[in-house]
Amino acid sequence: MLTPVVDDDGAPFWGYAAQGELRVQTCADCEEPRFPPRPCCPHCQSFASEWRQVSGRGRVWSYVVPHPPLLPEYAELAPYNVILVELADAPRIRLVGNLVTGPDAPLNSLSPDRIRIGARVQVVFSGDGLPQWMLERP
Amino acid sequence: MAITAGIKDATAIAGIGQTAFARQLPESERTLACRAILAALDDAGIAPAEVDALASFTMEETDEVEVAKALGLGDLTFFSKVGYGGGGSCATVAHLAAAIASGQATVGVAWRSRKRGSGPRPWKNTAVQLPTPAQWTRPFGLLRPADEIAMLTRRHMHEYGTTRDHLFNVALACRNRANQNPAAIMYDRPLTREMYMTSRWISEPLCLFDNCLETDGALACVVVSAERARDCRRTPVYIHSAAQGLPAQHHGMVNYWNDDPLTGPAWTAARHLWKHADFTPEDVQVAQIYDAFTALIPLSLEGYGFCGRGEGGAFTEGGALEIGGRLPMNTGGGGLSEAYVHGFNLITEGVRQLRGTSTAQVPGAGTCLVTAGEGVPTSALLLRN
Ligand SMILES: [Zn+2]
Repeated sequence: MLTPVVDDDGAPFWGYAAQGELRVQTCADCEEPRFPPRPCCPHCQSFASEWRQVSGRGRVWSYVVPHPPLLPEYAELAPYNVILVELADAPRIRLVGNLVTGPDAPLNSLSPDRIRIGARVQVVFSGDGLPQWMLERP
Repeated sequence: MAITAGIKDATAIAGIGQTAFARQLPESERTLACRAILAALDDAGIAPAEVDALASFTMEETDEVEVAKALGLGDLTFFSKVGYGGGGSCATVAHLAAAIASGQATVGVAWRSRKRGSGPRPWKNTAVQLPTPAQWTRPFGLLRPADEIAMLTRRHMHEYGTTRDHLFNVALACRNRANQNPAAIMYDRPLTREMYMTSRWISEPLCLFDNCLETDGALACVVVSAERARDCRRTPVYIHSAAQGLPAQHHGMVNYWNDDPLTGPAWTAARHLWKHADFTPEDVQVAQIYDAFTALIPLSLEGYGFCGRGEGGAFTEGGALEIGGRLPMNTGGGGLSEAYVHGFNLITEGVRQLRGTSTAQVPGAGTCLVTAGEGVPTSALLLRN
């Protein structure tokens, strides 16, 4: 499976995720959260930022179900789901992820017909530090 | 001192050329590029030594040095490459128009040569992925452009009631036009609703027929001043308006992170395009809309102002995209059914319509919109005769 190819701006996100925390880069001056992370605030041009923990709750904004041709390790799991989650704390911040039946469950652990746009989800973390998502009401 | 008049109708496309299209062609991309460019210059009746400007894509593998050296081009005073894959197609022509209108060059050639059919699929290369966009998507299995666009498609369906039948209307219009075009890869392969609805999934809600072809081929066009074009052997096709579009707070292949991910770069390009045009979307008689995926058509129809926000699916109903409909589209078959060469065949087909030489001619067509890829930083042209 592919692991994140991290850049300087994204490194803190993955560092916190490895500790089981979902944190979002936020401007230290105007307090606007931003994603994906970047060096400078697009609202006030401040270079000062901090990583604020969010509740980890969100809603499914959209989802897809990929089928082959795919990279071999993903093809073995197909069809699986990929969801886009809108964070409850910051609705314009949307994270790509997978809806699974529990921490460390594979990408295809939940049947695609269980997924609905608008469904409430909660973050969990896999052993290798990737955020995953579970239905709040399974 | 002269007041700058912009580029409106200052330049024209005087020649177009192409190779055959196929899943696999034996010749190299460089050879195919040379053949397409020579065909376009021959079509215009302009000698290679007169070319002093080139424009192509950053993804183009044949560079200016090699092309100029092989073809015996003259001294080049302008050369430009545009990024973001299929978003750059119309911008190559726009850069030449701006260069020629401002006196930086006199004869420009834009081209695209690609062996996408016989080469590897770009998304299979995991080594060259830029970390910045890919770290947020690829580990989760959102691997291919089809997956990224399918995410927007599902949301458009949810918010606006767009259906698979609407996407089928797009696929069918392209296929019907390809069935009239002997150069099209799908010339002798009709498409039915049954075939579409029972085909395999690629990324739900997109099926096989929602995805473009994988093609080897090359195309080129020649841009000169309007005055010069009137002395060439073909009907001049004037570049009436041109625009690029990179919206504020855009990100990567598609932008899931702005206020409204269903409002893409097309909206930005369209605002500039129409601001500098003497006509409106109602006056456009035929369109060549970038169709790497069927779902890009509803999004583009909305972005370029042919219908309201959310109405792009419904717009396709009642044969609107067919010959005789409100907006005949991709009249050579497009990327879905003629050839997928990063949208360059949409430019040459726009020229054919305005010359009156298309294999699916819209009677009396006088205006044509050509667009580049939606989702990525994009570009568009308004052509007239
Ligand atoms: Zn700020």
